[in-house]
Parts: sequence; C-alpha cells; structure tokens
Amino acid sequence: MGSNIALIGNPNCGKTTLFNALTGSNQYVGNWAGVTVEKKTGRTIKGNFNITDLPGIYSLSPYSLEERITRDFVINENPDAIINIIDGTNIERNLYLTVQLIELGKPMVLVVNMMDDVEAKGWSIDCDYLSKLLGMPIVPISARKSENIDEVLKQVEYVIEHRIIPPEITYDLKTQNALNEIYSVIVKNICDAGKIPYNFYAAKLLEGDMESVKTLKLDNVQLGAVEKIVRGYEKSSECHDREAMLADARYKFIEEVVRKTVVKNESEEALTISDKIDAIVTNRFLAIPVFLLIMFLMFSFTFGPVGKFLSDIIEILVNDVIASFISGILEKANAPQWTYRLLLDGVVSGVGGILTFLPQIAILFFCLSILEDSGYMARAAFITDRFLRRLGLSGKSFIPMIMGFGCTTPAVMATRTQENINERRMTIMLVPFMSCGAKLTIYALFAGAFFKGNKGLVIFSMYILGFLVAIAVGLLLKKTVFKGNMALFVMELPPYRMPMPRSVLKNTWDKCKGFLVKAGTVIFSMSIVIWLLQNFSPSLHMVNDSSQSIFGVIGTTIAPIFAPLGFGTWQASVSLLSGLVAKEAVVSSLGVLYGAGGDSLSAVISSVFTPLSAYSYMVFCLLYVPCVSAFVTIRREMGSFKWALASAAMQIGVAYVVSLFIYQAGSLIERMF
Amino acid sequence: MGELTLNDIKTGSSAVVTKIGSLGPLKRRLIDMGITPGVRIFVKKVAPLGDPIEIRLRGYELSIRRTEAKNIFVKKDNE
Repeated sequence: MGSNIALIGNPNCGKTTLFNALTGSNQYVGNWAGVTVEKKTGRTIKGNFNITDLPGIYSLSPYSLEERITRDFVINENPDAIINIIDGTNIERNLYLTVQLIELGKPMVLVVNMMDDVEAKGWSIDCDYLSKLLGMPIVPISARKSENIDEVLKQVEYVIEHRIIPPEITYDLKTQNALNEIYSVIVKNICDAGKIPYNFYAAKLLEGDMESVKTLKLDNVQLGAVEKIVRGYEKSSECHDREAMLADARYKFIEEVVRKTVVKNESEEALTISDKIDAIVTNRFLAIPVFLLIMFLMFSFTFGPVGKFLSDIIEILVNDVIASFISGILEKANAPQWTYRLLLDGVVSGVGGILTFLPQIAILFFCLSILEDSGYMARAAFITDRFLRRLGLSGKSFIPMIMGFGCTTPAVMATRTQENINERRMTIMLVPFMSCGAKLTIYALFAGAFFKGNKGLVIFSMYILGFLVAIAVGLLLKKTVFKGNMALFVMELPPYRMPMPRSVLKNTWDKCKGFLVKAGTVIFSMSIVIWLLQNFSPSLHMVNDSSQSIFGVIGTTIAPIFAPLGFGTWQASVSLLSGLVAKEAVVSSLGVLYGAGGDSLSAVISSVFTPLSAYSYMVFCLLYVPCVSAFVTIRREMGSFKWALASAAMQIGVAYVVSLFIYQAGSLIERMF
Repeated sequence: MGELTLNDIKTGSSAVVTKIGSLGPLKRRLIDMGITPGVRIFVKKVAPLGDPIEIRLRGYELSIRRTEAKNIFVKKDNE
C-alpha cells in the first residue's frame, strides 16, 4: 500500500510541478476533462508513497470550495504526512498556511520552492535555521529544474518513520492564554474529534469557525465558556476583532521567523522584471490594446494558416491513407458490402472528421497554457474585472470564459476559484456560450460550403455572437435571478515566469489525450450507433432508404419544430440530437446520414441548406446545450440537478429564439430585396 | 465618516492598516491574504478602467476592488 502523503500549498507555488516530478508518469488518476480533477493521486517513482495533489489554498478556513476540499481531505482521510510546498519568493504569506498546517499535528516536510528565483533576486534563506525554528525538515528545491527532488522523499520517509511532528507554535501571550483556556474547555470532547489535535480546534473556535463547533459537538455550557474567553480576548486589542487578532498573531510569529532566516537585499520599491513587464501590460492606456492583440494573435494562430495546414495533413491522412487501407483489407477478406458502409461511412468519416480538428484544439490549449503559466491570465482578470462586474461577474470569471473557447468542461471546473456562489453559477451558465473547440467542426463545414470567400469572417462572427449573447443573458440574469449579488475580488498577481516547455507541452498533451480518448470511445461508438439507427427500421430490419430508419422516424417527428428556423429536415434535427453526445458528432452524424464525407459532404450540404438556413443552423449549434460531458460537469459544479437543468433549458430557449430571429429577419430582408 | 481608508491612498504611496471593516467571507479572505492591523500596504497601480487596484504587501502583489479598499481602514504611513 505505502504511505499516503498530502501535497499542500498556496495556489501558484509550483505544487503540480513538484507532483509531476515526484510521480513522473505514474499517475493513476488521469486529468482528462470530464473526470473529477479535484485531487489527483499518484505513486512516486522512488519509494512507496501515494501522493495526493490537493487544490492550491491560502488558508484552512473553509472559505472557497478548494479550501474545503483540502481541509476535508486532511481531516477525514488522515494522511500519514504532509508535504507543504511554499514559494520562497513570497515566503511570508506562504508560511501563513504552514502555521495552520502545523496545528493539524501531522508529520510534515516543508519544501521551499523557487530557490533559483530567490537566488536570482539576491536573497538568501537560511533553511537550517528555519528548520530549527519550525521543528520540521526543510528541503530547498527548484521544481522547475527538478533540483533536489529526491531529498523531499527522503525527508518524508524520515518524518513518517520517526513520527516527527512539528511542535506547537507559541503565539503572543494574550493569544496563547486564550487558546489554552479554550483548550481546557473542549478537552473533554476528546473521543469525538478523531485524529485531529485540539490545538487545531482551539484556534478554529477562537477565530469563530462554526464548523468546528459542529464537529466537536460542544454543549451550551461549553459554548458559553468559549464565548466568554473570546470576548475577553477581543477586549484586549484596539480592533476588537477575533479573526484579525488571531491572524495578526500568526503573522507576527511568521514575521519573526522571516526576520531571522531571510535576507532580502533589495529595497521594496526597486523595479523587478515583473514590474517592467507590467509597466506596459497593465499600463493605463496600453493594457487594453495589448490584451486585444494577445487575444487576436491566439485566435489567428489557432484558426489561421498554421492550424489549417496541420488539419489538411490529417484530413489527407484519414481520407486517403487510412480509408484506402481499410477498404483494401476488406477487399482482400471478401467482406460483405455492409461492412464497407459501417467502417468507411460510419467509423472512418465519423472519427476521421473529428481528428482533423486535433491540431487546432492542440494549438488553442497550447496558447492557453502559455498564458496561464506566464502569469498573464491574472493580469487579464485584473484588466477585465471592471467590465465583467457590470454583468454580475468578476475578473475571475474571465479565465473560465476564455477556457470556454477550448472546452466547456474544464472551463466550468475552473470556476472553482470563484468564492461567491452566485457569481460562480452565473459564470457556469454563461461559459457554454463561449464557442468551444468542438463546435468549430460544425462552422468549418457550413462556412466552407456556403461562405467560401468569407469563411474566416463567418466563423469569427460565431465567436462574437456567442460573446454578445453571453453579455445579454448575463445582464438579464443579473437583473432577475441573481439580484443584489455582491461579488468579491481578491486576487493575487503572481510575478511573471517563463513558461516551462515541459509543463506547457504536458498540459497540451493532456487536453489532446482527452480529445483523442473522446474520439476513440464516445465518437467511435456514437458513429456506430448512429450508423445502426440510420440503417435499421424501428422493426429492426435493414433499410436502404434511411428516411425509413429509426433515426428517420425520430427526425421526421421533431423536424417541424425546427422548420421556422430554416432547417426542418430530419437529418438536420437528428444531427442536433447526436450533438448532445459531443458537438463533433453533429458533423459526423450529418456525414453518416447523407452518406458523404469531406468535400462530398459540403456538396450535399449546399444542396439541402440555403446560406441563411446554414447560418441559422450554425447559430443554433453555437448556443444550444453543450455536450453530455459538459452537462454532467455543470450539474456537479452547480451541486444541483435543478440548476443544471435550468441552465440547459435556458440555453435551448436562447438558441431557439436567436436562430428564429436570424432566420426570420433574414428571410424578410431577402424578400425585400 | 471621515475615517481614512485604503481607497483614499494615492497610487505610489503607502499606508498602515488599522482595522478591517468588511464582514464575513470577504473579511476572512482579506485577513488570510495578510491584510491585518499594522501591516503596511503600498498602492501600486490602478486598472485601466479605474478599478480594481493593485497593492503590494508582505512582499507580494494583490489585486482588490475599490469597494473592498473602502472597507480597509488605514492611517498614513509615518516613514
């Protein structure tokens, strides 16, 4: 089995980098979009440890969802030891979490990361002395350069074997007295509390954490006694504020530790490299142009010539090489005619059609990873906060929104950093309007068939339209459902860092892997299912005319609903249903239903749609409910089926109304001229 | 009224926190981020649209909104 280790640290301190360095490729829980990424567990390359990578947090108060996940893990799962990783360049605030972790009474190893940056700044940290002051082993590392990683595990092994638990911290006299008094009140509940020591609960009660009251099952007499101690404590300070006083006591302790162990030889006003970059990037006048330029570059890189070129290569590979390879095999095996149809029309055109989008999705995630790792995302949030606040969102909604252009599922998960539940729900409801990478497959097909000269412009208009609809719906929701919502915005602006190629590539690869897995499993099986539904009648006989098939029957029934939108054919309706599984399936389903792929599919499409109905269809695909994987994620993140259903219903409604408007208004204009 | 808050501090100057006026989760977060009575805060920058602001404390950069800055009571830095 091995020992269980919790890896805990502030956001953005190199936690995941360390996790990857320790576990290598031995992760057994994947990070595929669609599965829970709350915590990842991996086995270490060396030694016998299971390490759990927990969300980055600032404090153990159950304030945001991520803090709750981490706190619950440590309290309920009872790990054998904690690796606390801190950012050496931001040691004071990072140690605030360390101090709280010490209260948990677990064997602990403190890893001071970013030692290369610390040295580059001309600072020095006396790790031996720090280790003495905190009573736990300290390992200075540079996770980016994989320096000293083995030492971390050695120390972990050591603290577990010898059960080296850091000693309690002694705070200032007033605080310490109050803690001791509370301790003596609650000590008799010892059997109920489990494995967490009383120092932790004493501190939690002193700062007024109501959850601890529940865990300890204190009676009224005890509560009264605690309340009296707290009141006495508050009176002893000018600010009369228990939370601020205890935090202050913790920071006083940390300041003392830092003063003794860290030498910073720079004045606080000296310009760092980050300051110099920010002089342009968050400059009053330049910030917005720079922001727009970066967004423009990202999109033109993804959807421009580079992405197109790579897509073309894959298309040739699929249509010419793989398709002819398969038909060659079938010919040799003398396979029956229907196997050709199943494999070539069903599977190859279904899965292959999707694979051509792999390069663009890879480039998009590559760009997003660079923005994320470099620290620009936080600046983008800083710049856009004012604007997003008008919609009842905040700058923190910006990151999920941008990620929504890649894939809705991880974007919805990225809303976890938002503490305010209303703001978070609102972001989750609006993210699906950000046109995801999979929908690009649909635009590419239709725009290619109808708007050859203006293909790029038409596709771009989809992104803009999605954005505008999100604004409109956001304003509407703010005025109705989420009235009086006061969002918070307290966000760290981390120093800029050079993105590490390894981490960017790994992140991009993880996302591509998710996409490939989806193509290999969901899309593959969907292609077969669609092919079957389309080749068999409701009485399960094989049919040659697909309008007689199961799909034909379902499609014909629902098609009239879409007639006012301009696409009342059964094939179009059925493809929308397939799109519920995955947006890429709309294209593969159209391909299967019309028995065509690639260029021939465009030809068929141009004969059954008009430019206007094609545009209306694209708009409907842009706005209607995202795929099943996204829906499941939305349900989970909303924590309620009702909310998820409401948001799906809202999206279908919006899609219907907007497409209807576009088609009807367009027809009217066409008739006028 | 009339009490000095972080919102009144000009860009490029600093102040010392005396009290946190916010309540609930916001106060908790401000405190956890190191905004405690006695800490010195340097107001570094204002976002292009006038809000939020960027502050520096305890050796790192933080961004908060003006509404939040209004709830952080300060006194002039006597440096």
